[in-house]
Amino acid sequence: MSDETQEMSFEQAFSALQATVQRLESGELTLEDSVALYELGRRLSARCQALLDAAELRVKQVGA
Amino acid sequence: MTDDALTVSQITAQIKDVLEGSLLLRNVWVQAEVSNARQYASGHWYFTLKDGERAALKAVMWNRTAAGQPIAPENGKSILARGKITVYEKSGEYQLQVEQLRPLGIGDLYAQLEEVKARLMAEGLTDPARKRDLPGLPWRIGVVTSPDAAAFQDVLNVLGRRFPLGEVILSPTQVQGADAPAQIVRAIGRLNAGDVCDVILICRGGGSIEDLWAFNHESVARAVAESDVPTVTGVGHETDTTLVDFVSDYRAPTPSAAAEFITRLAVDFPTYIENSRVELDELMAGRLELLREGVERAVTQMQMSSPERVIQNTRQTVDRLTDRLDSRLDAQLNLLRERVISEARALDAANPTALLARGFALVRLAATGEVVRATGQVGVGEEITVQVQDGRFNARVVEEGRLL
Repeated sequence: MSDETQEMSFEQAFSALQATVQRLESGELTLEDSVALYELGRRLSARCQALLDAAELRVKQVGA
Repeated sequence: MTDDALTVSQITAQIKDVLEGSLLLRNVWVQAEVSNARQYASGHWYFTLKDGERAALKAVMWNRTAAGQPIAPENGKSILARGKITVYEKSGEYQLQVEQLRPLGIGDLYAQLEEVKARLMAEGLTDPARKRDLPGLPWRIGVVTSPDAAAFQDVLNVLGRRFPLGEVILSPTQVQGADAPAQIVRAIGRLNAGDVCDVILICRGGGSIEDLWAFNHESVARAVAESDVPTVTGVGHETDTTLVDFVSDYRAPTPSAAAEFITRLAVDFPTYIENSRVELDELMAGRLELLREGVERAVTQMQMSSPERVIQNTRQTVDRLTDRLDSRLDAQLNLLRERVISEARALDAANPTALLARGFALVRLAATGEVVRATGQVGVGEEITVQVQDGRFNARVVEEGRLL
């Protein structure tokens, strides 16, 4: 299975993580869906963590 | 006599020694009016200091010095210039090498500043209601400052530590000197040209009030007020307040504080992500627990409807039905029995033999067996059968019947 989270920017992964937690909180899910959501959430949090760990402030310049 | 003659170089060197050796002339304040001011491409300024029409003094201000001055040498302007007298051997001229330039009296500057501030306030540009919310997460941070300044490094350090996911877009400018105001205005403009950044930090490290003076310039304040992108100012130290602080969306006491303020929400990222992970675990555990309970309930229900239980139940039902059937049958039999008895009684009551016993006889036509009820049924000579209690006999009618 390809991991779609590996292509995500931090912003995407972070907001997806928030949405995933919310959906899992809301209940009304089958076991299969719950497990899928949970695994997605774990991948998203790992992606966020990795991006955060690897992040280095980028500096560019406009004009002059 | 000609043996004592000095070359021009020698005499000039003498003059240079005298003038440049003078304690007074080595560091002197000169009050004057500027004329013939001219800036070369190199950034150096050449101008003449005048005392009305009475005296003139050539002056030079190197580009590096010029960058640090609150004002530029403008023609007709009254100024105070500090510097040293130097001799330029090539043209045999002496000049004041300017180290510092001030308008005549810092008090004048402040008066001017108050006037500008009052004007901006009257226009509503300092109104707190004008101040906009800053973005929660500053993904693209525009920085207006001098790239060489320590303040810029401070800002980078804070941002790198607190929000390394962000991107800094430096819009470089001089932050002091005569050219600074125009440069700062352009630097702010570059960050407003298109969708370049989410927030603009305008900063400069600490310095004398003259050093910070560019940020008191009306054009700079207006550029900050008109910026489409929200602005945060961090100019000088805590105690310094410049005009831009009144019109920016947020005033931070220092450049570092400005960088910290815009990243105030970003620092919680690692914690937030960790919390999300823990929350995921707990939610999943809770959900599994719920499902497990559901399964247990289902198992209990299933046991309730197991084959043994069904058979047991069916047996009970059969027993109950059998009971009911038995009692039902009994009742039915009793009913029938009673009916039989009552029929028998009725039969008894209607038994003709009882009549025969009392002396009545049953008469039938011998030919047909028809019971004779009326006189008209028989004629003379007709054979009839007469039944009595113990048997029958045949007879013949001997006389015409008569009506009673």
